[in-house]
Amino acid sequence: MAKQKLKELVINGDWCKGCGICIKFCPTQVLELDRQDRCIAVRPEDCICCKMCELRCPDLAIEVITEKGEGGDHEK
Amino acid sequence: MAIKDYLRQRFFPHIWCPGCGHGIVLSSLLHAVEELGLAKNDIVMTSGIGCSARISGYVDFHSLHTLHGRALAFATGVKLAKPALNLLVPMGDGDALAIGGNHFIHAARRNINITAIVMNNRIYGMTGGQFSPLSGCGKRATTAPFLTIDQEFDVVKLAKAAGASFVARSTTYHAKESTLYLKKAIMHKGFSVVEILSQCPTHYGRKNKEGDAPDMLELYKDTTAKLGSKALEKNPDLIPRGIFVEEERGEYCEEYDKLVDKAMGGAR
Amino acid sequence: MKNNIRFVQGNEACVEGALYAGLNFYAGYPITPSTEIAESLSGRLPRAGGKFIQMEDEIASMCAIIGASLTGKKVMTATSGPGFSLKQEAIGYACMAEIPCVIANVQRGGPSTGNPTHVSQGDVNQARWGTHGDHGIIALTASNHQDVFAITVDAFNLAETYRTPVILLLDEAIGHMREKLVIPEEGALPIVDRLRTSVGKGVDYHPYLPREDGRLPMSDFGDVHRYNVTGLFHDMWGFPSNNPRVVNELLHHIVDKIENNVHSITRHKEHFLEDADYVMVSYGSSARSAIHLAKNRRKRGEKIGVLELQSIWPFPTAMIREKCSGAKAVIVVEMNMGQVLAQVKSAVDHPENVFLANRIDGELITPTDIKQLLRVIQGRGV
Repeated sequence: MAKQKLKELVINGDWCKGCGICIKFCPTQVLELDRQDRCIAVRPEDCICCKMCELRCPDLAIEVITEKGEGGDHEK
Repeated sequence: MAIKDYLRQRFFPHIWCPGCGHGIVLSSLLHAVEELGLAKNDIVMTSGIGCSARISGYVDFHSLHTLHGRALAFATGVKLAKPALNLLVPMGDGDALAIGGNHFIHAARRNINITAIVMNNRIYGMTGGQFSPLSGCGKRATTAPFLTIDQEFDVVKLAKAAGASFVARSTTYHAKESTLYLKKAIMHKGFSVVEILSQCPTHYGRKNKEGDAPDMLELYKDTTAKLGSKALEKNPDLIPRGIFVEEERGEYCEEYDKLVDKAMGGAR
Repeated sequence: MKNNIRFVQGNEACVEGALYAGLNFYAGYPITPSTEIAESLSGRLPRAGGKFIQMEDEIASMCAIIGASLTGKKVMTATSGPGFSLKQEAIGYACMAEIPCVIANVQRGGPSTGNPTHVSQGDVNQARWGTHGDHGIIALTASNHQDVFAITVDAFNLAETYRTPVILLLDEAIGHMREKLVIPEEGALPIVDRLRTSVGKGVDYHPYLPREDGRLPMSDFGDVHRYNVTGLFHDMWGFPSNNPRVVNELLHHIVDKIENNVHSITRHKEHFLEDADYVMVSYGSSARSAIHLAKNRRKRGEKIGVLELQSIWPFPTAMIREKCSGAKAVIVVEMNMGQVLAQVKSAVDHPENVFLANRIDGELITPTDIKQLLRVIQGRGV
């Protein structure tokens, strides 16, 4: 499978409730909470587009958009 | 279509607590619908009452928010009346198996083509943390200050015994796996049950010292194992995940059509 | 000659009326004395292109017909006694979500399991207030099979017109008695079909915004409009709201659409009522005994008549007051402890002249039972 390249990591700050799930399970520590306890991407360049943050976000606040569009399979 | 296109976005952020697993179930379900390419007009989501039941308000399908425990009974009416529709019925654990237990086993027995999703957080969340038929023994709840003495149902065994022709279990930690099972369940012809363990950090986690939402997800990783895995073989106390039942059996609406043919004496 | 004459039970007359009205989905659970309705429809509906399903209980039956109604079907369930109690929660749902449906309750003796194979009219108040909270409700009844047929057609028509559950309050005697029924020609009785929205695809559809005439055009599940249906108070799109203005307006709407249309909803029949000094108010199988007595007494020149109610809820208060205004005495004939009596007393100008002729022992009230009370009222001794 071709490696995915990140185009944009869209985080909807209005929907995020800051539970920290995405941060804890990000394999490359891309995400952190800001001072309002909302998720932000501090190291997007490290993103490997596994999309687990998107899939596990309880607030449906994260969207991982890749250069090639859809795809990105990476399951533990 | 993106996942957002299946949402009624004007109602977001949703009402669920920070870290609630129900949002992950919603996400997994919408990923399944999106990957299957189902048309929104062909889907009816029926829900009952409780935290879980609010899910139907958030999806841009035909949505029927019903009575506590009765979602499957309403869904049965919709499905039999218009079999072309896809029926998705997410329910909480109390909703599906306490007050709705009878409807659950009978929908399974009929093998009517409905996808039941049990969002199992082992607690009554909306009323503030009372134990449910899936809490199990030795759990703390607002109605169990001395810990529960009630045994729990095993949803998988119950659904199987009642006649569901597709039965699977996953967790919110295994979101991709959940999506896969939901896709298979939706495509399956017959009554399908997908139990998804879904964390309630607010009521269940806090009282039972399971930590916050990320901790509870971690627990789902550590306390469950895939069917047929070495881990499960070594430690049978782990909760098995996987597809437990997948068989072809006469589906209710199709059987009804055959009955009509019989009634008409082949005149149709 | 057309074969349109039947010799049937009242329950079968109800089935004939329902099919004539366009019933195409039935869900039920067996219970005496209503079971014949389910038995009959299990054979008739599949042959007529409709759906019949026997559910796991009465609750599920009520829920299933609501679900089916939302796909555009004309729906019914039938039950008795304890089954009617079980349906109440979902009947309230149908009131709140404004889902057209018909519930036949073939009354038997209660409370509880009571007197399953015997007649009673004890569910009059339950039909009105069985489900919790303020709401409007329509309940119809009939005393003979031709009327059972017609009132069943009416029940479907009213359910569609007002988007509301309609209760058919039959009773064991009517349900199980056999008599002649002439099935009317197609078109002889008016049929009200589902009013569907003319709003097209892509245009904002308001499922809960009443038209000027109060009616709410529907969109079937599966069609282009995806909306929400809930038992919570809801806005014009069907989404939950606890905004005090929304709550207030919706509750007024579901009550007023019934209570403001009492004249078009209620039905009654008059037997020998002109110039009557003694007016018997009755309904269902009780009315048969009242009519029999009136007929005999008229032959002897006594001025006595019967006001037969064919609808009980909403209660026809103004009509009752008018019809009873000239009477020396009003006798309510029913098989309960005075459920319609209380309504009649509060309707008339002289409640002290309203009396109850009843039986509550599971036996059909007879003309003799009424006659005994009449003698006392007339001052002629027992």
